[in-house]
Amino acid sequence: MEELKQISIFSENKPGRLSKITKVLADAGVNILAINIASSNGFGVLKFIFDKSEVAYQKLKQKGFTVSVNEVLAIELVDRPGGLYEVATILSKKRVNIENAYVLILGSRKKAYLIVDIIDIDKAKKLLKNEKLRFYTAKKKAKKEAK
Amino acid sequence: MFWQKDIETISRKALEELQLKRLKQTARQAYINIPFYKDRFSKLDITPKVITSLKDIRKLPFTTREDMREHYPFGMLAVNKEQVVRLHTSSGTTGKPKAIFFSKKDVDRAAELIARCLIMTGIKKDDVLQNMMTYGLFTGALVMHYGAEKVGVLVIPAGPGNTKRQIALMQDFKTTTLHLTPSYALYLASVMGNEGLVPKRDLALRRAYLGSEPYSEETRNKIEKFFGIDVYNSYGLSEMNGPGVAFECIHKNGMHLWEDNFIIEIIDPDTGKEVPEGEKGELVLTTLCREAMPILRYRTRDIVMIIPGKCKCGRTHRRISRIIGRSDDMIIIRGVNIFPQQIEQVLMGIKAVAQNYQIVLEAYDQMTVRVEITRDLFDGRVEHLVNLKNEITEKLRSEILVRPKVELLEPGTLPVTEGKATRVIDKRTL
Repeated sequence: MEELKQISIFSENKPGRLSKITKVLADAGVNILAINIASSNGFGVLKFIFDKSEVAYQKLKQKGFTVSVNEVLAIELVDRPGGLYEVATILSKKRVNIENAYVLILGSRKKAYLIVDIIDIDKAKKLLKNEKLRFYTAKKKAKKEAK
Repeated sequence: MFWQKDIETISRKALEELQLKRLKQTARQAYINIPFYKDRFSKLDITPKVITSLKDIRKLPFTTREDMREHYPFGMLAVNKEQVVRLHTSSGTTGKPKAIFFSKKDVDRAAELIARCLIMTGIKKDDVLQNMMTYGLFTGALVMHYGAEKVGVLVIPAGPGNTKRQIALMQDFKTTTLHLTPSYALYLASVMGNEGLVPKRDLALRRAYLGSEPYSEETRNKIEKFFGIDVYNSYGLSEMNGPGVAFECIHKNGMHLWEDNFIIEIIDPDTGKEVPEGEKGELVLTTLCREAMPILRYRTRDIVMIIPGKCKCGRTHRRISRIIGRSDDMIIIRGVNIFPQQIEQVLMGIKAVAQNYQIVLEAYDQMTVRVEITRDLFDGRVEHLVNLKNEITEKLRSEILVRPKVELLEPGTLPVTEGKATRVIDKRTL
């Protein structure tokens, strides 16, 4: 299981914030693989999966954004009815508590992954080790990019 | 109509003689019984004998709210504890409040002054006064209550809030007179408006006493128009009894300040020197009749001016204008005194917030505290931010007694100003 990084950005709820953030990414040549926005009354946290997370992280920080990085799991979903159910059943059986989850789709909808943000990720990794789950990893992505 | 016609219409000459006699007494009383004043007099190398004319008041030391706080709880008391019958406190900058004690005589004198004020506005025994100020440690409600009882009007000790019940009380008991803050009056008007209630048609209201917060002539007009009543401006502060220090008569052109009970000085807050007559400056008050707690030259921090000329009502006690501003950064919201430093102290005690903050006042009683979060402590969890926001709100509420709206901002959002930052943005239209 290779590490997959999620970048979180704090943002006030006001017009123009997303465009400012994405401009930094565009200028840095970073590709967004998945995005999720969690907002509360007055502010939000934007969550991203990037192809080049380290570059994105450094650039955003440099530009003064409030950024943090953490590891998430990306579990492969089979593209048929019940696909998410199977994964959810395993997570629930292993009592893995999800903080936040969203979907990452790659290669023109060939493969979909459930990104799960878990507070105690090391514990979750141990719990899920022997389950029949396929994970998307940064390594896999790197290989693919190399081709 | 007068409550104490002789004293209310006393000639200026006789008034000044009375003031001088009482000033000498007060200075002596403070000097002998309060170590704080004895010490201040000694430092200035004076004794109460220095007073031979009213002008000599300028030789006496000032008293500030910091002095009051420093000598909390009993340090400013001039009598034995068994002689005091009531305690009020007033919120202070940080932590310690100011303690104000009343002897039995002081309670009665404060009530007398209120009685003068109410009668001055034409109140009668068959009037019904709904007292919507906060009962408790604040002076606002209780001092008014005792004065109104002295006049013989029926007092409804409603306290603030619970607007529906307030309206029901007005309807059931045919309330004629309200005592409340201008911000609550505006709120009350909006609630009545929404419910389709027309005060002129549905209620028996005739007048309201508005105090505790600065407000404008426009707000008075607006409230008078909506309720179909006369609004009288009321001035007071806990250190000087609370309400009843100065009040408007039926002519509603400035507040008569009871000069047999207080000496007025209007000073330049920076130099401490008296400003030329008719110019605005900080109001400084000296008590003349207080037994438990005489206070010399108290810096109210309220900026006012004396209204020149005689009043048509016949009272000789001079009038002060409504409060034009403050010589410090105190905020008054919902009748509560708040200093930005109180908010700063709370924020600085919370790790996840940065140095910069801003206080925005809007509508008539909305307070928003905008704080920047600390970049390094951001971990991407929305839940942590929500908890942080709640923590800030709760801690502020317990410190300033008003629940503000809290906004979390990205670091670097607020303007960084050199020197004294503008912490308070007041957009209120009170």
